[in-house]
Amino acid sequence: MSETAPNATPALSPPVKPSAAGGGYASGAPSGSGRAAALMRLAPGILLPLGLLLVWQLYCSWANVDPTVLPTPTRIVSQLFDARQIAWEHTEQTLKETVIGFCVSVLVAIVIATAMDQLAWLRRALYPMLIASQTIPVIAIAPLMIIWFGFGLLPKVLLIVLVTFFPIVVALLDGFAATEPEAMDLLRTMGAKRRQAFRLLRFPGALPNFFTGLRISATYAVLAAIFAEYVGAFHGLGIWMSQSKSSFRTDLVFGAIGICALISVALFMLIAILARFVMPWYFAARKGR
Amino acid sequence: MAATSAPPAAATIDLRGIDKTFRGRRGGEVAVLRDVDFSARAGEFVSVIGPSGCGKSTLFKLIAGLDRADAGTLAVNDKPLDPKDHPVAYMPQKDLLFPWRSVRKNVVLPLEIAGVGKEEARARADRLFPLFGLEGFEDAYPFALSGGMRQRAALMRTVIQERPLMLLDEPFGALDSLTRTDMQEFLLDVWDEFGHTIVFITHDIREAIYLSDRIYVMTARPARVRMEVTVDLARPRPLDVIATPRFAELEAQLLHALREENRQQEAAR
Repeated sequence: MSETAPNATPALSPPVKPSAAGGGYASGAPSGSGRAAALMRLAPGILLPLGLLLVWQLYCSWANVDPTVLPTPTRIVSQLFDARQIAWEHTEQTLKETVIGFCVSVLVAIVIATAMDQLAWLRRALYPMLIASQTIPVIAIAPLMIIWFGFGLLPKVLLIVLVTFFPIVVALLDGFAATEPEAMDLLRTMGAKRRQAFRLLRFPGALPNFFTGLRISATYAVLAAIFAEYVGAFHGLGIWMSQSKSSFRTDLVFGAIGICALISVALFMLIAILARFVMPWYFAARKGR
Repeated sequence: MAATSAPPAAATIDLRGIDKTFRGRRGGEVAVLRDVDFSARAGEFVSVIGPSGCGKSTLFKLIAGLDRADAGTLAVNDKPLDPKDHPVAYMPQKDLLFPWRSVRKNVVLPLEIAGVGKEEARARADRLFPLFGLEGFEDAYPFALSGGMRQRAALMRTVIQERPLMLLDEPFGALDSLTRTDMQEFLLDVWDEFGHTIVFITHDIREAIYLSDRIYVMTARPARVRMEVTVDLARPRPLDVIATPRFAELEAQLLHALREENRQQEAAR
């Protein structure tokens, strides 16, 4: 077992990153004392996972745990590093599926939510079905998707859409519904048509909700991709986990889990950045208060 | 104030025998307006006061073309009101500035809806900014503005529509009393400048007297016109007009009527 402690952080830092991001966009410009304060805010989020990893490491070495049962963090990192070529191939596949699936899901959700907002009969017709769609057990539908659509990209994308579009649709519909009726009246006196009112008022007003829905869905997206791969794929972190497990490479299973966490966090951060870009007014108002 | 834009020709408005009843989902009916007669001359400032919940806002919605009367006639410039002509600019109680739009973009919103070109809309807004004391705040988001400034921006969004009739629904109701007084003076300046016909809803008797040429007092629901008071105070009105005996007399008269209606409204609940 190679002891490369400094290398341990990059691969296993997923629990650190989200808090780092949280502190990062909460804090302002880094002035001298401001930077120190920001560091203080970040410290718990970094120290806690590091401490847990240390406990894990020490327990495994002292109790002499069989690495096929529970490998040490350092072993996970070094083994993952040795397998980096193949790890990257699988990561690339999962990334591709997640990004495509999530983008399709967002588009589908916006189209469905917009149509449901504009057409009351459609809303009444679709709502029960949408809720019912969320009760479909992914564990049952995923293998069927393989039977219907093969081992390619399509069943993965479909599964991701199925799992992630619902929170976005619900968030958008809530946002649309929260539009002040007085504001709608005001637009009508200005001569606005339904479509104009949607574009000028209902949609921008629902954006904060939309991004909340996006953040929730983003974490599901990676999970759905992994699951879809797990039941059948040529490449991807899911199938890699399955194979590693079958060959008792517990360390690589953990490595793949770490990569998944990293992807989730990256997606989450990307959405946070996008939100700042799309709704500068929202963050400016929060800061101003 | 210096003339900065062509004042829109003021319009007359005339309502005769207006009835309005709301039907609840369970078949219950609430008569809100009963045989209401109401009119304003071109360029006149008319206020409507009445107990809360009496149907003043319903009256406004009818004039603004947001709802239809069950009976009666509405005429603007002696022609039946056609909401498609959009003769009315409406200012609600809440400023309803959109938080995602800069102040300027909020102000040009009605022009954008009407299909006015960007350049022209911007030019028209920029002419109004100094007049409304909001110079330098064109690109600010509404959250950065004080309550009075927000209300002035909302008024600007109403004025920029250049419609002959302005409906103001308790526009200063949420302001503190000093800001409110400032805004009342300011509104008179704007009215002086543009010469709209203004219909103004308020709870505040003093506000109504200070601003108006004429005041309608509505009854408890279903609302009828209880009385119509002509405010014979000379214009321009300095603020200390509120200390004159005639002002106090009008105030007492209106207070008496309004209290009686308020009591009936309470009893009906």
